[in-house]
Amino acid sequence: MSQQVRVIRGREWARPVRPVRREVLEAVPGLDEGRPPLLFVPGFGHGAWAFAEHWLGHAVERGFSGYALSLRGQSGSGPAPEATLRAYAHDVVQAAAGLPRQAVLVGHGAGALVVAHALARYPARAAVLVAPVLGGWATAVAALRRNPLGTLPALVGGRLRYSRAQLFGPELSPDEARRHLSRLGRPARRAQWQLLFGREPEPAVGDPPVLVLGSPEDRVVPRSALTRAARRYASAPLFFPGMGHDLMLDAGWREPIDAILDWLEKEPSGG
Amino acid sequence: MTTSTDHGRPDPESSTLDLNRDGRSVSDRGETVCVIGAGPSGLTAIKNLTEHGFGVDCYERETGVGGVWNWRHDRSPVYASTHLISSRPLTQFPDFPMPDDWPDYPHHSQLLSYLERYADHFDLRRHVWFGTEVVRVEPVDGDRWDVTTRSTGGYGPERTSRYAAVVVANGHNWSPKLPDYEGLAEFRGDVMHAAAYQDPAQLRGRRVLVVGAGNTGCDIAAEAAQQAAHCWHSTRRGYWYAPKYLLGRPADQLNDVLLALRLPRRLRQWLFHRLLRASVGDLTRFGLPRPDHRMLETHPIVNSQLVYYLSHGRVTPVPDAVRFHPDSVELADGRQVDPELVVFATGYLPRFEFLDPKILGDDGMTGRPALWLNAFVPNHPTLAVAGLVQPDSGVFPLSHWQSVLFARLLRLRETRPSKAAAFAATVTARAGERYAGPVKESSRHWFEVGHADYLRALQRALHNLEAK
Repeated sequence: MSQQVRVIRGREWARPVRPVRREVLEAVPGLDEGRPPLLFVPGFGHGAWAFAEHWLGHAVERGFSGYALSLRGQSGSGPAPEATLRAYAHDVVQAAAGLPRQAVLVGHGAGALVVAHALARYPARAAVLVAPVLGGWATAVAALRRNPLGTLPALVGGRLRYSRAQLFGPELSPDEARRHLSRLGRPARRAQWQLLFGREPEPAVGDPPVLVLGSPEDRVVPRSALTRAARRYASAPLFFPGMGHDLMLDAGWREPIDAILDWLEKEPSGG
Repeated sequence: MTTSTDHGRPDPESSTLDLNRDGRSVSDRGETVCVIGAGPSGLTAIKNLTEHGFGVDCYERETGVGGVWNWRHDRSPVYASTHLISSRPLTQFPDFPMPDDWPDYPHHSQLLSYLERYADHFDLRRHVWFGTEVVRVEPVDGDRWDVTTRSTGGYGPERTSRYAAVVVANGHNWSPKLPDYEGLAEFRGDVMHAAAYQDPAQLRGRRVLVVGAGNTGCDIAAEAAQQAAHCWHSTRRGYWYAPKYLLGRPADQLNDVLLALRLPRRLRQWLFHRLLRASVGDLTRFGLPRPDHRMLETHPIVNSQLVYYLSHGRVTPVPDAVRFHPDSVELADGRQVDPELVVFATGYLPRFEFLDPKILGDDGMTGRPALWLNAFVPNHPTLAVAGLVQPDSGVFPLSHWQSVLFARLLRLRETRPSKAAAFAATVTARAGERYAGPVKESSRHWFEVGHADYLRALQRALHNLEAK
């Protein structure tokens, strides 16, 4: 990570990202107890639905308002075949700035990379990186090893296909796994490419606390990548054994979200 | 990161009482920083100081946030039709964008709602004392400041609090500059400053003379063209009237495309001259004087409508007014015109009536402080002025980075005093530096900055400050 603050953004000012309709699913508790809102950012192929399944409702039960975003071109958001990582980060910052209070950004998979980019442009209250795919060669190599047939086309601009074993642990019922897999969409080609070979995220503004969590059995993000990601933000990852990559959809979805909310309640700035 | 401790408001019971020089009691606010004004620059100062862990007390003479952009404030210069003249990406705070479905040039009411959302989003209002004006700001030993306040309008007792640092963000678009003309007092028609202009109904059916070719003057002339019986527009010289769009994009974004390509200034000027000639043509055909300067050498006038109404003959361009007669106004070319209403869109002057001008390095009382980066004060390392810039973009991003730099400087005073001392030496050595190419003389030109030049200088200062 380059450590210097960037003030001049001539190219970005000169070429603002075009707005695309954003799908934001929300779940707000009846009584506002002043807790920071959570903004969930799905990874590539996923949409806001992935969080609406369990996590949004659970956050509300614990008194947190939750918002789940679909990146442009995904799920219910407007089409954007030429989307870039910058456009994705723009969507996250726009959604966050639209919330009533300073938000906690929760990114899953490649959504964590989008969140890492957004953190440089929005002073989040805190950030949570769930099974973060922070990109680079290591990501490509790991994915190729676990799922060569699904990954190879993506490297040459084709579609990235996930396998059931990559995303879910053995405990999730096959029906449910099939249902989730059928909803997976296709990320934009350029963003997919930038995931592997794009620029490193700039340093986060406002020095937010960052939590990294994942599963040691995750077949998309190896354990070493989790540790590396956490070290980047000067912390250690939380592990949830027995789960696949999609911690919010897998059978044990309750444990990670509880851990996130516990952490936010403990974090002096979060509660 | 904001800490959860509520830094609270000045509370004489809970803080040490001290006596200042005149024997008045002073409540010591410890490491808290005082911000004067809750307009855009003040708000971003509160946000960035709290983000860096400082307690903040902000004093605002009005009852709401937003400063000049809050049309409810009596000092607000906005009129019903005020829209931005810089486009969104060059106007918004760098870490809190405006909604991307807003127009390129939002309306002033949208700006106010943006600033209110900024204040709510970062929970800034709890730091603000509304309806409280600052009477005096005086330096005391140890680079600290005694800030004396009272209720706006002079009611109630004065109270003095001692702060570790002060950010002056009182704005520079609220104190009207009124020109003095021979015979103006005897003139029988109505005379107003643009500060009092709110609505085109004030122009309807009347013969109107608009004086001044700033952005406000041009806006009012274009409104007079639609509403008034006749409109004369008096300007001192010829200007470049930049349209809001050039080559299919907001004109300031086009300028930034060229800046990003690192085109030198002269080449950009040449390109803009060619572009304007090709699209709008030679304005002298409407009777306007030829510009006596190159583009980008005055504060940009961004107005697509004025030329349009000139072409309809709804605006008559005239030269400077020389003197006023009871029933007419005499112009520099000897012509006489007989307006019923004269609108002086002659701008505003910065004023810091609560501060001894010498503190800001304005020894000659010229009203022009000598600062570095238009913000940092020689010999007063804990004082900063925010937003005293007139850029060719929005002011907000500049104010944002000024307050980030100031917050980091204050931190370094504790953690690495040698770095802070080096910064102070730079401030003294380079006070009065300018961040624009050659600019035509005017009463405001001294704080005109090019946003790219200015932010580059500020970025360099930030990097030097943080360097190992």
